[in-house]
Amino acid sequence: MKYVGKSIVRVDGVKKVTGDLKFVDDIKLPKMLYAGVKRSPHAHAKILKINTILAERHPGVRAVVTGKDFPKRAGLYLADKTFFAVDKVRFAGEAVAAVAADTVEIAKEAAELIEVEYEVLKSIHNAKEAMKKDAPIIHPALGDYKVVPIFKTIPGTNISEHFKLRKGNVEAAFEKAYKIFEKDFYVPHIQHTPIENHVAIAQFDREKNLTVWASCQSPYAVRAALSDAFDVPLHKLRVISPAVGGGFGAKAGTTLEGIIIPLAMKVGNRPIKLTYSREDEFVSSYVRQALHSKFKTAVDKNGKLLAVQNEFIWDGGAFTEYGVNIAKSAGFAAVGPYDVENIHCDSYAVYTNNPVGGPYRGFGMAEIHFGIEQNMDHIAREMGMDPIELRKINAQKPGGTTATGAKVDAACGLEECLDSVVNEIDYHTPSEQPADPNKVRAKGVACGMKAPSMPNNAGSSAVIRLNEDGSAFLSVSAQDLGQGSDTALTQIAAEGLQIPVEKITIKTGDTDHTPYEWQTVASRITYSTGNAIVKACDDIKSQLVNLASQKLDVLEEELILDDEHVVWEKDPSKRVPIKSLALGLQLADGSGIHGPIIGRGTFVPEGVLNFDSETGLSEKPVVFWTYGAYGVEIEVDKQTGNIKVLKATTCFDVGKAINPELVKAQCEGAVVQGLGSAIFEEIIMKDGKFRNPNFTDYKIPTSGDMPEMTIKIAENPQYDGPYGARGMAEPAMIPAAPSIVNAFYNATGIAMNRLPLTPERVVNALREHNK
Amino acid sequence: MKITFTLNMDVIEHEVEPNITLLKMLREDFDLTGAKEGCGGGECGACTILLNGKPVVSCLMLAVQADGQEIITIEGLARGEVLDELQKTFISTGALQCGYCTPGMIMTAKGLLAENPDPTREEIKTALSGNLCRCTGYKRIIEAVESAAKSNG
Repeated sequence: MKYVGKSIVRVDGVKKVTGDLKFVDDIKLPKMLYAGVKRSPHAHAKILKINTILAERHPGVRAVVTGKDFPKRAGLYLADKTFFAVDKVRFAGEAVAAVAADTVEIAKEAAELIEVEYEVLKSIHNAKEAMKKDAPIIHPALGDYKVVPIFKTIPGTNISEHFKLRKGNVEAAFEKAYKIFEKDFYVPHIQHTPIENHVAIAQFDREKNLTVWASCQSPYAVRAALSDAFDVPLHKLRVISPAVGGGFGAKAGTTLEGIIIPLAMKVGNRPIKLTYSREDEFVSSYVRQALHSKFKTAVDKNGKLLAVQNEFIWDGGAFTEYGVNIAKSAGFAAVGPYDVENIHCDSYAVYTNNPVGGPYRGFGMAEIHFGIEQNMDHIAREMGMDPIELRKINAQKPGGTTATGAKVDAACGLEECLDSVVNEIDYHTPSEQPADPNKVRAKGVACGMKAPSMPNNAGSSAVIRLNEDGSAFLSVSAQDLGQGSDTALTQIAAEGLQIPVEKITIKTGDTDHTPYEWQTVASRITYSTGNAIVKACDDIKSQLVNLASQKLDVLEEELILDDEHVVWEKDPSKRVPIKSLALGLQLADGSGIHGPIIGRGTFVPEGVLNFDSETGLSEKPVVFWTYGAYGVEIEVDKQTGNIKVLKATTCFDVGKAINPELVKAQCEGAVVQGLGSAIFEEIIMKDGKFRNPNFTDYKIPTSGDMPEMTIKIAENPQYDGPYGARGMAEPAMIPAAPSIVNAFYNATGIAMNRLPLTPERVVNALREHNK
Repeated sequence: MKITFTLNMDVIEHEVEPNITLLKMLREDFDLTGAKEGCGGGECGACTILLNGKPVVSCLMLAVQADGQEIITIEGLARGEVLDELQKTFISTGALQCGYCTPGMIMTAKGLLAENPDPTREEIKTALSGNLCRCTGYKRIIEAVESAAKSNG
């Protein structure tokens, strides 16, 4: 292939290295106003009274809104949230009221002048406690909320989703087990922390057309949510996402857009901007849900897993409009990348008065694999087996079955990935120990799997317009959040059209002008949008071939596209430049036919089926699974408790790497992001209040933390992927934390059942174990 | 207050409020939006510019402190279509993803190479450790700086 599989440089490079690319916060519109938000200091409280008079009278203030103005509930899977608290607040930092003012400073001052009287309610900050019978109920009206029918809310409790997986006969398997292992794990709240904070601008025109500029991953999903919440018809609501300064899931849904639209409604045709500060970002955008997980595993003499009974309790925070899907997705992958005949899994999304949980890179999977993959090492040790051998015995393999009972297809490259990382870090050779007796080194391995978690019918579309000079516009609404989709998708179009990448301009992110895309999430874009582009190219090809066959007087089926021409296969000297057909064909008599060439491609995955609501089983609940593995070598400083990741190697089965260097770049980023979640990152809360909402107290990895990285790629083609590709950018993060924790055990003999492995926690654990 | 300074080689006389940060002045008064505000507290480095050739976080400086100084922003690096060597190597090594930290990262690297044209890998890591990137894992950024140093040398 000429363009696919080649590591061309990013198509968005120049505008990003020069500062030319305008992000939403860089946009300045005439007569722009700025929003200020009044937020709740309490985690759970009734709103008794809101007095906005002082704010309204403050010079420079143009509008004030409170929750009473917009009580309608919205949400992607479960309509449980309002953009402003209506009669009570459910987390510390929830928006209660907002002002629009001439400057950011005036807006902030005015917001503070809003007086809110609260009656503080008992709050709850632990998901396990929130499930108890006497727990305060955070959403008493849960039963009235609109919900996508695959989710099971339990009204009268704090449980907004209970996913059940029931496969085989767990009890019988436990009875005949050689050994049974039981383990609990905890993964705390962390945050995405894109370097660009959330930001949006909203403006109505005279005819009530609403334009929203938002740094968002999914302009169409945002449009749908805002249309529903504010009763603006879709054809009068335009969402533009000009650039996204990192998302990782944080910008998948709607957050601050709903705060400025009510203000925009009150200020005529003036635009209003709201830019979150870093503290706002930490406190009031999404966090990754905390997880309490529990595993009971039955094993036979040979190390074959006979049965797993597990429970996942997700701390969904104050709203779980997105979180319910995380609980469900975790259930689909209940035992990780292993083939287990008997499974009994309960996965619960639970309301608490903590910050709102949302999708974070590989959602659900990184959290459950923290337990699953430590468990595998633990079982291997107890059985006296090699942990790699144990994994191989149990690995999902072509012809095997997944947790939901789906067949594992021929493209499952898990073992290949595992072999690759084991070889690369030379797992079975112990680490060379440093001279310093306080430092100890060891290696660790972990596997992982992930599927795109999305509705069965999540669709994509692509439009390609040919220009008369032989160049083309590719329009999609897949958003490049940094992952490189603009580049990879352009390569797919170039391959399909046989037009060089430099002659194709990709246009994205404008619901008025770029065609429908469900969402840029779930590592689904290369696969789904890529497929739509392949179809758009086929559409163009059929038009070109039809015209060329008339011009050359040869059969259509003997014509191919090559090197910017339509070429007759039998005699390549008979050819027509694509550019000469871009506006149609002029016949010998001077008349024209066909007109300008526009290609259309739409895609929806075929055959993805609903699961049984009682058992959770389905022959094909997801489009595909992506498998992979990590190997790491770490050094633990026993005196300071510091962990340094020295080496990391990853191998994921990506089906086909459309752009191998971009694939590797995703893995490198994932290693370091995953490393952060393993050894630094944790949201520290007291009574639901964020204690570390800044980069000094919430540390993310810096260049000094980067390990030596070796990235390998496996390519077992996805049968229905564009050129065989499947998604990989999120899966790349999943085994990071468990591989580091497994290496930590190998270094110290201590199992850590909670993240992160901060110096303090490490030193305490070493002391406790007298090491 | 009236201040005089050099901005991307132009001599500027400008009236500015004493409480405005340098970052805000650059972004709002001069439309130089390449420097970004990622944290507002000097923790992330996205607002890095060169002050008299040295990288500084412009969110922690007042605009009036620019009086009499020479400022270069990311917009001042390229000469028209001719990119600076660092800009070229950031593209060729794939040292960027979302692009939000990129201008600050490049300005820090520019300051480093001005002072130390042939830095070791460790020196590069240390110099860049105040610039946060959530996308790349830093590897290619470090390689881009190494590669630019080599081409310059």
